[in-house]
Amino acid sequence: MHPAISIIFFTTASGAGYGLLVLLAWGALVGHLGSQTGFGIASFVVAIGLVGAGLLSSLGHLGHPERAWRALTQWRSSWLSREGVMAILTFLPALAFAWSWVVAGEVSKLAAALTIVGALVTTVCTAMIYASLKPIRAWRNPWTVPVYLTLGFYTGALLAALLLHVYGLRGPFVTFLIAVVGLVATALKIGYWMFLDGGRSASTAETATGLGSIGKVKMLDPPHTESNYLLKEMGYRVARKHARKLRLFVLLVGFGLPILLSFLAVQGSDAVAIAGSLLAVASGGLGVVVERWLFFAEARHTVTLYYGSSTA
Amino acid sequence: MTDLPTTGAKKLGLVIDLDICVGCHACAVNCKEWNDGGHSAPLTDLDPYGKDVSGVWFNRVHSFEAGDHECGRTVHFPRSCLHCETPDCVTVCPTGASYKREEDGIVLVNPDTCIGCKLCSWACPYGAREFDEADGVMKKCTLCIDRIYNETLDEIDRVPACVSTCPVSARHFGDLGDPESKVSKLVAERGGYDLMPEMGYKPVNRYLPPRTPKRQGAAALKPSEQVEAKGFLAWLDRMLSR
Repeated sequence: MHPAISIIFFTTASGAGYGLLVLLAWGALVGHLGSQTGFGIASFVVAIGLVGAGLLSSLGHLGHPERAWRALTQWRSSWLSREGVMAILTFLPALAFAWSWVVAGEVSKLAAALTIVGALVTTVCTAMIYASLKPIRAWRNPWTVPVYLTLGFYTGALLAALLLHVYGLRGPFVTFLIAVVGLVATALKIGYWMFLDGGRSASTAETATGLGSIGKVKMLDPPHTESNYLLKEMGYRVARKHARKLRLFVLLVGFGLPILLSFLAVQGSDAVAIAGSLLAVASGGLGVVVERWLFFAEARHTVTLYYGSSTA
Repeated sequence: MTDLPTTGAKKLGLVIDLDICVGCHACAVNCKEWNDGGHSAPLTDLDPYGKDVSGVWFNRVHSFEAGDHECGRTVHFPRSCLHCETPDCVTVCPTGASYKREEDGIVLVNPDTCIGCKLCSWACPYGAREFDEADGVMKKCTLCIDRIYNETLDEIDRVPACVSTCPVSARHFGDLGDPESKVSKLVAERGGYDLMPEMGYKPVNRYLPPRTPKRQGAAALKPSEQVEAKGFLAWLDRMLSR
């Protein structure tokens, strides 16, 4: 599948934003958030900014962005519609939570709890857009939703550590969380890649054409001599030959290095802590962007069975 | 609404006979011709005279080889929207632009409400939908809805453009929901089948398989080398062999 930059940015940025919101709201619920006005304002600007920027970026993918409001109407059947509705609804408790903490000085636990629910449900909806697509085995499997949730939480935790350090606060718990969630993400991605390499779609060139009873089906002549939308959108194959190296990059730069940097950061002075966690955010962010790029680039669509692939 | 309608009795669709399709692409060309002025017009071509030509088509004719050696067959294979009974291309649509008609089962896109998110094309296993870059909306086979109900046309012409143009009558149009219809009987008689039934989309269009050739096996297809000559030919053979 063609990896559109707008969608990669949307899913990674909004995932990190929701992850950060969940952590902040969780901190509020267990009573760890003090009256840190600066930290509070900065955290919400980053979290809501990432979610908002992600949503705006997703509009860039549309042929008619001015009609985007229509996407809020079909929540009964469409995960994309549900995602849009939940993203907008989640702004309400998130802003109420931000107001109660930063301005009113007393955290509303109800708003914090609703923020967690909204952020998690929205992330699940985003993942389900992909996990519900039957023609794409790389997406329609039990790994997609946990990976989206875990990576959102992980990148949110990396951001939370940076924000804490910038405001002179120390959160050993967040460092611990980064390590645990980072290791879970590593395990999930390795499991996902084993799943991806270990099988193929039940659909083959034989089932796609129904000619399997005659024998093996091979393409003789393509239907057109030039490329078309289907081949550009669904037949994308640039990344696959580099997939092994890129997967290793994701594990090392996306998870290994940020975990290491996070532990180093909490050992040092304030300056070291800021520098370490900033590098961890950059490294983890780059790794997750490459992960999302691979998620698209490695995915095969059954339409390629009509264009010379024997399996999908 | 992108909820699927409660299935109506009528299921209009195509039956495509792979035994006699000659792969001439006339159906694809006439489809393009008609629909360039039809319900989803235009079917934009980008850079039509340049180096990177691409364009929207509702019907594409592939050619496959099935089986090996003397049992192998060349099969020409037209591919277009199958107007599935349970199509995910409809239910994934966030705006309701993609819909299935209750009265005849035709799957259509409303070009005025489509936001061009392309999700329906990802949800279609068959590659039936093509995005129009110039219009910013998704396009697909309409089963020539502007022909089949068009009372300004002679009755004989009220069939999809691909069906009307096929020079070998490999394409049939009718109501596959009616077991007594001509197309349903054809499907029953010839063992018409669904594409990718494992996807669970329940396509309405059916494909008729190529017939089994009468001469089967390697022996029947080998040149006859050892023929015993008789009479005058035997004498000639003897003379020339000297």
